[in-house]
Amino acid sequence: MFVINCPYCGEREQSEFKAGGEAHIVRPKQPTELSDDQWAEYLFMRKNIKGIQFERWVHTHGCRKWFNVVRDTSNDVITAVYKMGEKPPTK
Amino acid sequence: MKKKYSIFSLIKNSLSYHENWEKAWKDPEPKKEYEIVIIGGGGHGLATAYYLAKKHDLKNIAVVEKGWIGGGNTGRNTTIIRSNYLWDASAGLYDHALKIWEGLSQELNYNVMFSQRGVMNLAHNLQDVRDLKRRTHANRLNGIDAVYLNTEQVKKFCPIINTSPDIRYPVLGGTLQRRAGTARHDAVAWGYARGADEMGVDIIQNCEVKGIKRNGDSIEGIETTKGFIKTNKIGVVAAGHSSVIANMAGLRLPLESKPLQALVSEPVKPIIDTVVMSNAVHAYVSQSDKGELVIGAGTDDYVSYSQKGSHDIVEGTLNAILELYPIFSRMRMLRQWGGIVDICPDASPIISKTSIKGLYFNCGWGTGGFKATPGSGDLFAHTIANDEPHKLNAAFNLNRFVSGDLVDEHGAAAVAH
Repeated sequence: MFVINCPYCGEREQSEFKAGGEAHIVRPKQPTELSDDQWAEYLFMRKNIKGIQFERWVHTHGCRKWFNVVRDTSNDVITAVYKMGEKPPTK
Repeated sequence: MKKKYSIFSLIKNSLSYHENWEKAWKDPEPKKEYEIVIIGGGGHGLATAYYLAKKHDLKNIAVVEKGWIGGGNTGRNTTIIRSNYLWDASAGLYDHALKIWEGLSQELNYNVMFSQRGVMNLAHNLQDVRDLKRRTHANRLNGIDAVYLNTEQVKKFCPIINTSPDIRYPVLGGTLQRRAGTARHDAVAWGYARGADEMGVDIIQNCEVKGIKRNGDSIEGIETTKGFIKTNKIGVVAAGHSSVIANMAGLRLPLESKPLQALVSEPVKPIIDTVVMSNAVHAYVSQSDKGELVIGAGTDDYVSYSQKGSHDIVEGTLNAILELYPIFSRMRMLRQWGGIVDICPDASPIISKTSIKGLYFNCGWGTGGFKATPGSGDLFAHTIANDEPHKLNAAFNLNRFVSGDLVDEHGAAAVAH
């Protein structure tokens, strides 16, 4: 249980949001040319990191906008929030 | 040879105030080298080591555990055992486990308190009714006992359920698997540990794996907090931390680790003599032998290793429990906890070889691994010993995420995952 600082609405309880999993997984530019292995990698394989993870969240019960969050999955502490399309923080 | 537990050993030891029981397992320091190292001393890991020694006659085996054995998800689950899964592959896997459960206490000479008190799954809407009836038929075709109950039969089987048509999600029916039930989770870990130890398996506690040493596509050993251990075969049974171990070997898995919560109430006299699960409103309840209500809640939807779940998940489960069982309205909850479960995209486990020779994974059990403990250990041991899967776990390979041949138990397995 934690608080997320929505870049559009401000600080709200986590239960207002929905997690969208690992961020920055780029959709293949040429899907027709992907091998089965590459598809598996894109669709299913995840880093599932214990530690600092870059991830997507959506403010379902608020502005309904998607954005990115940097969170330590070992203790749920959020270190950065940034909008879709913005560069992820380097530290 | 360990002394057999029996009524006579109990009487004999009671005369010396239970101070002279022999140790159930040794607590050795690691040797330099093992033929096989199992990472993870939970029920599945210990069972794997037990069956490797027992059925495959392998002796030089170690189980390394970062904490104490059975201290992870094995010791923090709702202990439900059932095999009423929809798909053939799952039915085969889970019923294999259930058959072993039925003789496990005798086999291990350790009372795992397996109690076939039945598991009932409730239907709350028309689609639930259709799905549950379909699953009942599928179960029977696979030789798994299952009956469909109407509302009156549900009420008769478990009288404290509120079957009024006026509640928010009325009970329209349910399924019952009578061979299903519960077992004592700690005893399962301890029983397998004692059995494995007797056959020469080293159970090494407080030994965290820090790295996996590879030589190209094969394994050379593991770095641990107790030093380097040489081995060519590793079986990883690390539940929520499977991805962490996989990352050490430079491998990615199709897993997400999430907190799954459960809670127990203060102990009361016997009130519910079965296990009742409801998928639609997400409420499971049974009663432990100590008298506590054991309640299972859901997972959070975000990746976390914090072992803390969200309050609203517990609140939602308790709301459902109170509507279904108004008699529990003044029960006080004693404790609540979150375990980290590794969930596969198809909600089915992985018991598989990997692209690295000598590295095997048994993971992805998600929210329902306890029930499979004996079967999982047996099949994983077979897979490691023969470097080939048993026919019962062939479908649960890692390659299914490439081939697309998934075992999609999301929603099909009688509960939400």
